[in-house]
Amino acid sequence: MAFRGMQSFRTMAEEKKLFKVKIDNITVEVEPGTTILNAARLIGGDVVPPAMCYYSKLQGSGGKCRTCLVKVSKGSDADPRPMPKLVASCRTTVMDGMEVGNITSPEVLDARKGVVEFLLLNHPLDCPVCDQAGECDLQDLSYEHGVSATRYEFKRRTFDKIDIGDHIKLHMTRCILCYRCVFTADQLTNKREHGILGRGDASEISTYIQNSLDNDFIGNVIDVCPVGALTDRTARFKNRVWFLKPVDAKCECTKCSGKAVLWLRGDEIFRVTARKDKYGEVEEFICDTCRFERKDPKDWTVEGPRKVSRHSVISQGHYVGVHKPDETIAKVMDGRAPKLLMDIHDISEVNMPAVDLSKIDGPAHSNDFPKSNGVQ
Amino acid sequence: MQTLTNRAQPVDRRPMTFWEKMYLPAIAKGMGITFKHIFKKKATISYPEEKRPFSPVFRGLHVLNRDEEGRERCTACGLCAVACPAEAITMEAAERKTGEENLYREEKYAARYEINMLRCIFCGFCEEACPKEAIYMTETFAPSNFQRKGFIYGKDDLLIPDPKHPLTVTKKD
Repeated sequence: MAFRGMQSFRTMAEEKKLFKVKIDNITVEVEPGTTILNAARLIGGDVVPPAMCYYSKLQGSGGKCRTCLVKVSKGSDADPRPMPKLVASCRTTVMDGMEVGNITSPEVLDARKGVVEFLLLNHPLDCPVCDQAGECDLQDLSYEHGVSATRYEFKRRTFDKIDIGDHIKLHMTRCILCYRCVFTADQLTNKREHGILGRGDASEISTYIQNSLDNDFIGNVIDVCPVGALTDRTARFKNRVWFLKPVDAKCECTKCSGKAVLWLRGDEIFRVTARKDKYGEVEEFICDTCRFERKDPKDWTVEGPRKVSRHSVISQGHYVGVHKPDETIAKVMDGRAPKLLMDIHDISEVNMPAVDLSKIDGPAHSNDFPKSNGVQ
Repeated sequence: MQTLTNRAQPVDRRPMTFWEKMYLPAIAKGMGITFKHIFKKKATISYPEEKRPFSPVFRGLHVLNRDEEGRERCTACGLCAVACPAEAITMEAAERKTGEENLYREEKYAARYEINMLRCIFCGFCEEACPKEAIYMTETFAPSNFQRKGFIYGKDDLLIPDPKHPLTVTKKD
């Protein structure tokens, strides 16, 4: 579709020159001023460099994480010299006749492996606890490009967890300093109260003297966060993402478009997020009312199940498109239903009707679950 | 018809002789075989007084482990449940409160943990998937029960007793 748009654009303005770029031996014509990363996204597929900090919806983002490094083997037609070092493709604009190597360049793959190792230096290995696990960009990145072990032997940087506002939990330990949330707060909300304090190894995302963030759109920092540093307190520890069923839903909202994804267990809404595209970027930012307060299924009109890549763990157990055979026992037995020897919901203590997790504001605690036989 | 092997024997259809009609030699031969088995080693054991040893890799009933300080290791990460091919494992997580650090190892723990032993196929994937060394399969098997509901094992059935604070748990019937 992007190609078609590009072609019609060309016929309209013939005098506007398009730049021819060759990325991994695939030629694409793009407008001047396009970055290499966006040119690669026009091609799509495996040649798209991964990006942890670049976010197409946020101005000024990119250039921090270095995962999108590519090799420019030919600068342009006018100056065919290669660029001396690997460049960050999200911040480097294309030139006419440029030749770029991403997955075809062993140098790039090796450098990316190093970048992933650096990103994971201080990142805690608490994926079993982290709510982002399963939809974490860093998890995907390290799975695809990283090495299985770390060589780091020193003490990792740790911070205390803080609640910024009622609904957002900040785990600074997990942060990779991509600055996406700072750009989001700066560009989406009219009053930014959080930013980066300190420098280098000591830098951290924080607010002015633990100011709570109360703005209608501040919840979007949760969605833009590529790791589990900023998480939704209303969905904290409620369930793992791969046990929830994502559906596209819409609601009448005066503040935002109301287009969101509901993460359901049965009819309970455990979490509301914005819709993300294939690069993990939010399509339309949603407001905090939709995200944190609309946890009643009556508020939403469900549009249909969300399409999840079958390579994602979230698609596990979601048997999409399975044809259920008709139940024939009732027909054969003159309309009598088969006698169930045990209904699991009568016995199971998981998902008890008395404990409504979606109604609990914040994570569940020991007092939310009745004890059974003296054991929690 | 062409035979598949050359081991086929033609059936002897001659009428039985007088000796064969008496059946006595055949009976004696059969009794001889029976008598011989009295002196052979018995193939059975008298369970439950006697029990056979399990192989060290036997995959039996699950337990939820505790660490050296008696804290629950399970952090409700859900990897056992996602690995389970029979979808037998379910859980609900909760956040550890301050003051509960002696009970739970991580800030998140399984408030509810259930294995449906009727669904479980004892493949051991849960044990392999566990990143916290919390679930283990023991060298026992699930005891029989009169009712199906007795096979839904909760945390009270699975969790090993705390060595420091022995629980006084009354078993469900």
